Amino acid sequence: MAMSDTDDWRAAAATAGATGEGFAARAVLIALALGFLALFLVLPLVAVFAEAFRNGVGAWWAAFQDPDGLAAIRLTLIVTAIAVPANLVFGIAAAWAITKFRFPGKSLLITLIDLPFSVSPVVSGLVWVLLFGAQGLLGPFLKANGLQIIFAVPGLVLATIFVTFPFVARELIPLMEEQGTADEEAAMTLGASGLTTFVRVTLPNIKWGLLYGVLLCNARAMGEFGAVSVVSGHVRGLTNTMPLHVEILYNEYEFVAAFAMASLLAALALVTLVLKTFLEWRYGGHLAGGRGH
Amino acid sequence: MEIQIRDLAKDYGTVPALHSVDLDVKSGELLALLGPSGSGKTTLLRSIAGLEQASRGKIFFGEEEASATPVRERGVGFVFQHYALFKHMTVAENIGFGLSVRPRAKRPPKAAIRERVLSLLDLVRLKGLEDRYPAQLSGGQRQRVALARALAVDPKVLLLDEPFGALDAKVRKELRKWLREIHEETHYTTVFVTHDQEEALELADRVVVLDKGRIEQVGTPDEVYDAPATPFVFAFIGDSSELPVTVDQGRVWLYDRAVPLGLDVVGHGPARLFVRPQHWEVGAPANGLAGVVRSVLRHGPGRRAEVELGAGVSVTVDVSDDHAVRTGDRIGLKPSRWRLFLADGQAVAPIPARRPAASGFRA
Amino acid sequence: MAQALVLGRRTSGPGVLPGFGLSIGFTLVYLSLIVLIPLGALALKAAGLGVDGLLKIAFDARVLAALKISFGVAFAAALINAIFGVLVAWVLVRYDFPGRALVDAAVDLPFALPTAVAGIALAALYAGNGWVGALLEPYGIKVAYTPLGIMVALVFVGLPFVVRTVQPLMQELDREIEEASATLGASRLQTITRVLLPPLLPAVLTGFALAFARGVGEYGSVIFIAGNMPYVSEIAPLLIVIKLEEFDYRGATGIALIMLLVSFAMLLVINLIQAWSRKRYGHV
Repeated sequence: MAMSDTDDWRAAAATAGATGEGFAARAVLIALALGFLALFLVLPLVAVFAEAFRNGVGAWWAAFQDPDGLAAIRLTLIVTAIAVPANLVFGIAAAWAITKFRFPGKSLLITLIDLPFSVSPVVSGLVWVLLFGAQGLLGPFLKANGLQIIFAVPGLVLATIFVTFPFVARELIPLMEEQGTADEEAAMTLGASGLTTFVRVTLPNIKWGLLYGVLLCNARAMGEFGAVSVVSGHVRGLTNTMPLHVEILYNEYEFVAAFAMASLLAALALVTLVLKTFLEWRYGGHLAGGRGH
Repeated sequence: MEIQIRDLAKDYGTVPALHSVDLDVKSGELLALLGPSGSGKTTLLRSIAGLEQASRGKIFFGEEEASATPVRERGVGFVFQHYALFKHMTVAENIGFGLSVRPRAKRPPKAAIRERVLSLLDLVRLKGLEDRYPAQLSGGQRQRVALARALAVDPKVLLLDEPFGALDAKVRKELRKWLREIHEETHYTTVFVTHDQEEALELADRVVVLDKGRIEQVGTPDEVYDAPATPFVFAFIGDSSELPVTVDQGRVWLYDRAVPLGLDVVGHGPARLFVRPQHWEVGAPANGLAGVVRSVLRHGPGRRAEVELGAGVSVTVDVSDDHAVRTGDRIGLKPSRWRLFLADGQAVAPIPARRPAASGFRA
Repeated sequence: MAQALVLGRRTSGPGVLPGFGLSIGFTLVYLSLIVLIPLGALALKAAGLGVDGLLKIAFDARVLAALKISFGVAFAAALINAIFGVLVAWVLVRYDFPGRALVDAAVDLPFALPTAVAGIALAALYAGNGWVGALLEPYGIKVAYTPLGIMVALVFVGLPFVVRTVQPLMQELDREIEEASATLGASRLQTITRVLLPPLLPAVLTGFALAFARGVGEYGSVIFIAGNMPYVSEIAPLLIVIKLEEFDYRGATGIALIMLLVSFAMLLVINLIQAWSRKRYGHV
């Protein structure tokens, strides 16, 4: 009841100065923080575009005439188009099982789902080599059957799925936990089938959270470097994704072309950030409360 | 230490929170600031503490102008509604905090701080809990620690912002009694904010009633209850019914009916008549304002009736067990004590001197 | 898994919702195929090394140097991020300035920007002829192609962790707490150092541990700026790649296992910090 009193002064206290820092201290702290961010965040981003357009738009555009570059873009899109939907379906299934039912070992399951985030990208690639590589556990079997996973597209897809594995699930689990089961139970008591309930009740409730998870998953899938680098074999025009192609160009001193390709990926990151910020701003109430990534 | 407040005003941008407040708090007094939310009571308290910078006016602690001193040098003890205990410090560290942050020259030695902490814990009846963390205490215990922490620095004045607001009813009552006891023991000049009139009336030596940033009345609990200075105070404190009446030729009219007040009234024009439920005499319909009983409900030890006087006006009446009043009965009502305010808010007639022997007076 | 299904159904309460079998079945199969079996393959391979073999790999001079660099530089970078992360979070939460929302959004850039892009950009900036490198060159400070360059890259990738773990807690800091401190006579500096920052310590430590773990495993943003000199600026993940290219699967597995164990240890530490914080302060 007395809250509105309290709210009034809260708004004003920031300027009242009873408990704040002085103007000079504020200015120094803001300058320090912004200086740090400018040096470590803004400058690298600016450098990407500056280097990409160093010789003008024409040179930038020419970089995309290279068939190997185009192949890298195509391959990145293919890998992403497989990895993201796969993890999307998994994320929904895992979140449904974990949040709508009670069963033993649930917290262990959640920990295991988060596991790929704590594995180094290089190790995330290595595990597939150890499994499917020539000297791997299943290597002889694959060779006997003429199948190739490592140094081929399937390996790239598997490594990408591994590193982006938790994104959708870890966004949906807290969100659906908050929402509980009441809506679904209400729909079921009204005679809706399980599928109808999911499509017409659950999905609308989680769509923004789902989109948020997919957005982050997609950004990581397109940009992943370490894991795919290990399994790719770096065959130009065949097993190079965009980030790997950037590396090759850079190592061949094709700086403008390397940064041109990098500028596409940086633009993707910016679009991701903008969409993410928009979702948080506009639909923050429909997203899970605390989220790290 | 007495507090003098002179012409204190505060606005947030264009929204005034306090209009020119003048107030004297006597040394050693326990004073309540009472008002609805948005009345400015918290702003007034926070201005005294120095947590709020007034737009105009001065505050004196004794002879010294406190409003010129920043909060950390003002020497007030402030108790917050949600305790504001430091979660990462033990009870002892919380209480000793104010002493331990003093400049080295004025800081008591560790042993002296410890001693002070233990004696305060004794005072607030929390002996033995000095090494607990706030998370391990109940709400009531936390508020006691908060008070001990405020007292540790031997403040010039003690200020409490809705000190019991976050506690449940039973603990509230206990702590209220306890705060009164502590006050008797320590005699710090104390100002507390509350929106709970029962708390203000029971606990305080004097009550300041605020509304919309203005002081409506300052007085003892009896004064504000028995002789409300303004319509707002009458309506805000205790139960009452308000009748929209007109004063004409010395008499008070409810539409075309004369209200039997027992004496003539000076003034003219529309007015508001306030009567408390226990101040109606119930009789035959011909004897007073006639009305129909719409409902009778149990109310504490007695019964309380809603009586419709017609034209959409109804009043609340306490009925004694002697009168067998039932729903649907036609009865006559006569106010034994009342207060009349003309449209400009001025009370135009005194309350009759005779005091009714009503029981359950302060329900 | 079959047992889990049965158990699940039995303890799933009086719920009327369908799809438990399907969703948990798919979850477990997919989890096994994508995460558990591949990591199991690593464990199996590592088990084949034996303790002796593992120790031999770990104490190989080049491996030891790479591990030292990875852990040492990641630690230093996480420390820088802890300090500046708290500062950035403080400025974002406490002060209003033009463009604050934009800055807040930009903090997540290292999460969104592909590491290879960050790597070549940082390398270009800090090389002797780069914008920043050219400024430092006259003072004899070389960043690119030295361990200092690795640190710059790790500060970049770890930057959001401390900010994002500390920020929500800072937002919830009760204004009454600092007012209480002020009424008790504490100076602003005393209020900040003794009242406001200590409760944030668990969050800072958590953010530090996350940044550190990320830094130890980081690859893409580092290799371009590191110079990759064995014994000087060669990081452990790169050494795994090199071993793989030499078809030395055993060596790669050994290093990977050490890094995995450290990652899991960091996870454990984070959980312990949070359990401790919850117990003592009643919040995380």
